Amino acid sequence: MSAPLLEVRGLSKRFGGFTALRAVDMVVGPGERVGLIGPNGSGKTTLINCISGALRQDQGEIRLAGQDISRLPAHRRTRLGIARSFQIPRPFHSMTVLENLAIPLEYVAHRGSHRTSTEHEAREIRDEGMHILEQMNLQTKADAKSEELTQIELRKLELARALAARPQLLLADEAMAGLSGGEIDEVLEILLELNTRGIAVLMIEHIMRAVMGFSERVVCLDAGARIAEGTPELIVQDPVVERAYLGE
Amino acid sequence: MFWIGLLTALGLVFAAPHLVGNEFYLRTGYTVLQFVVLATAWNLLGGYAGYVNFGAAAFFAVGAYTTVFLYKLFPLFQVPVWMIFLMVPAAGLVAGLLGLITGLLTLRLRGVYFSIATLALAVVMHTVVTNWRFIGGATGVSILPPREVPLAFMFHSYVEFLFVMMGCITVAALLLARYVERSWIGRGLAAIRDDEDAAECMGVPTLRLKLFAATLSGCLFGVAGAPLPYQVGYIEPMSAFSLVYAVNALAMPMIGGTATWLGPLLGALLLGSAQEAARVTISSELNLLITGALLIVFVVVAPQGLIGLLRRLRGTP
Amino acid sequence: MLNLELFCNALTIGVLLGGVYCALAIGLSVSFGLLDVVNIAHPAFIVLGAYAASLMGQWFSCDPILAGVLMTPFFFLVGRALYQIYYLSFERRGAEALRGMAFFFGLMFIIEVGLIMSFGVDYRVAEASYIGVSYQVGWLGIPLRLLLPFLVSLAMAALLLLFLGRTFTGRAIRAVAQDRMALMLMGADPVRIKQIAFGLSLGSCAVAGSLLLIIIPVEPSVGRVYIGQVFAIVVLAGLGSVSGTLVAGLLLGVAESLVAKFYGPSWAPAVSFGILLAVLGFRPAGLFGR
Repeated sequence: MSAPLLEVRGLSKRFGGFTALRAVDMVVGPGERVGLIGPNGSGKTTLINCISGALRQDQGEIRLAGQDISRLPAHRRTRLGIARSFQIPRPFHSMTVLENLAIPLEYVAHRGSHRTSTEHEAREIRDEGMHILEQMNLQTKADAKSEELTQIELRKLELARALAARPQLLLADEAMAGLSGGEIDEVLEILLELNTRGIAVLMIEHIMRAVMGFSERVVCLDAGARIAEGTPELIVQDPVVERAYLGE
Repeated sequence: MFWIGLLTALGLVFAAPHLVGNEFYLRTGYTVLQFVVLATAWNLLGGYAGYVNFGAAAFFAVGAYTTVFLYKLFPLFQVPVWMIFLMVPAAGLVAGLLGLITGLLTLRLRGVYFSIATLALAVVMHTVVTNWRFIGGATGVSILPPREVPLAFMFHSYVEFLFVMMGCITVAALLLARYVERSWIGRGLAAIRDDEDAAECMGVPTLRLKLFAATLSGCLFGVAGAPLPYQVGYIEPMSAFSLVYAVNALAMPMIGGTATWLGPLLGALLLGSAQEAARVTISSELNLLITGALLIVFVVVAPQGLIGLLRRLRGTP
Repeated sequence: MLNLELFCNALTIGVLLGGVYCALAIGLSVSFGLLDVVNIAHPAFIVLGAYAASLMGQWFSCDPILAGVLMTPFFFLVGRALYQIYYLSFERRGAEALRGMAFFFGLMFIIEVGLIMSFGVDYRVAEASYIGVSYQVGWLGIPLRLLLPFLVSLAMAALLLLFLGRTFTGRAIRAVAQDRMALMLMGADPVRIKQIAFGLSLGSCAVAGSLLLIIIPVEPSVGRVYIGQVFAIVVLAGLGSVSGTLVAGLLLGVAESLVAKFYGPSWAPAVSFGILLAVLGFRPAGLFGR
């Protein structure tokens, strides 16, 4: 296997007396599709938060393409290639859908050139934004405010925004929670399409058929520790995983 | 369209002394323009980024006292014309620095802690100034105007000069606010205001932008305060740190509308003029009470301010 | 020997003062610490309480502490009404924190200006039999003027903690801070619980105000000086820890007293500011926070 894109080593995080993550190790290869599963409270979102930089870990190391990013603020990590979507969509509510995309486009994708911002630059950003929206079938809502969007449209906006940051690694935190069968397939298709373009995806999901169908490799957490890892077929049969979800 | 309005405004500012005979109106005009700058300064951080500054008086007074400090420091040069032009940038620098330091100490934390810190800062600065004999302490300092009117070829009186100076400062402040609002900085600040964590994850350097806004805001507050000693002739802590400035700096943008640079302008013009008009007819306390009540009413009923109401009437959301 | 005397004196004053500070801050510990309502006007309500006690003393020759206790139900009701307005205007709409804070700031301003208009800017002091009396313990003088409010503060804190710990409503208030959903499943209406909590918060201002009146001369703008103090105490104690306000209050009181004694009284406000920044910088959860 080629050099890993993301390396997490010995990551620990405590909240007061509660240990959310215990010395977690994890690896994501370039362009890989990894699923992250585990019962509620096992530390999945905490892990994502530490990787993206929203939280600072207590111990451990995070490397992106070999570079140590453990102490970098979140916006720097985004610029280096990590993007995330939130479990509950968090759009910028005072802006239209297109303006929402303009933020990562301006601050990540087109960085450096906004100091000499011109009409040309603004048009480029607008075009790229529309292009992304078209891929998500969201272009008709380009000028809508977030409050006018449906649940699935909001989730697509989350992904579109993450995509606008031109990531190498996308952290998708329960992107399909609360969606119906057809909508789940729609989002899965988008994620697969992103992956074919070389973007690695680390997906947290509870919807088993989605995770197992999508992932090349699955990592299972329980009570802050990694308890199992392997292909979807193996994980599904693993008694350790079954115990974690169902109890003794 | 905008540039026509700008040139017209600038023209009015310079023409006003000639059009308006009474010096009283020029003094009133100075006060109203001063509030426009204060409101605009507040809005840079409060309206654009969502961080509430309750201690506007601290930065404003620091600006005024920088002038006093320089005035006292150079006794030989107490009266030269060009000193007045030096005071303004100096005040802006000092107040801006204060904004930066406050920001560095508190902007990593939740917005509410920044706000409380600004309140506490006002009290602390008041204490510092009251105990500093050199710049007048509790008793204050009287400032003598220069013997000759600066730029005498343009102005007949000192009051005229100060009015035009404040007018130019106002136009510059509005230009600055408009520029920031429409630039990539303004968009980043809006993202911070809407959802700071999401903005950070989308690549916005939130801390740096907030520090920038805090520094610029502080700087403008200081610039608004710089000519004050010359305008009123006497500076002492009680009035310089008056709650009036803190409330107006907040109420005017919130009543006018915090989303754009027009809101503070509108709020300050309306409220400022009303306050000045009311001051001669009703007590100054009642005046302030009404301002406070208006603030509450608008915050509860019309959060988008007057600009927001106008937009809704016109049909654009 | 002289220095030790001064030190012990300052320490004693600090402890007594700290206890009273606890009373000033305990209401905020409920409104800000538990309910996450940034009530900047809290000290203003305390000043309002002080004026109420002063008036009662003036009209009915009523003892200030008694006056404070009598006014508590009124303040409680005002608190409930105020929370209702706050909830309907801001919390329910999910408005930005900015507007809630501006609301309370406007309120603080109106209270201060209203007091100035009604009573002028003269200082008001409490009239009571125990003011001016001092207990002597060796060379240490303990003014009753401070001791009595100190004891009342402790009593008030104890009552409040008992209420929060032992009654259903009290525990519900604790719960609503942590898990709204669980509270609803228990059959309690979160909004009503929060109303009661905020009512208690403001109710404490009545007594706290009367205590303030006893320990210092009060005038309308005095509230603003105490904003730093009360928020520093709540943050130092840790958001969510009501019992911690006693320890935090004592620490702040002692620190302020020592600074005032050895560096001059005008630097006292800077102490709370400094403590606030230090806590937020190094240990944001405070001493006992969640």
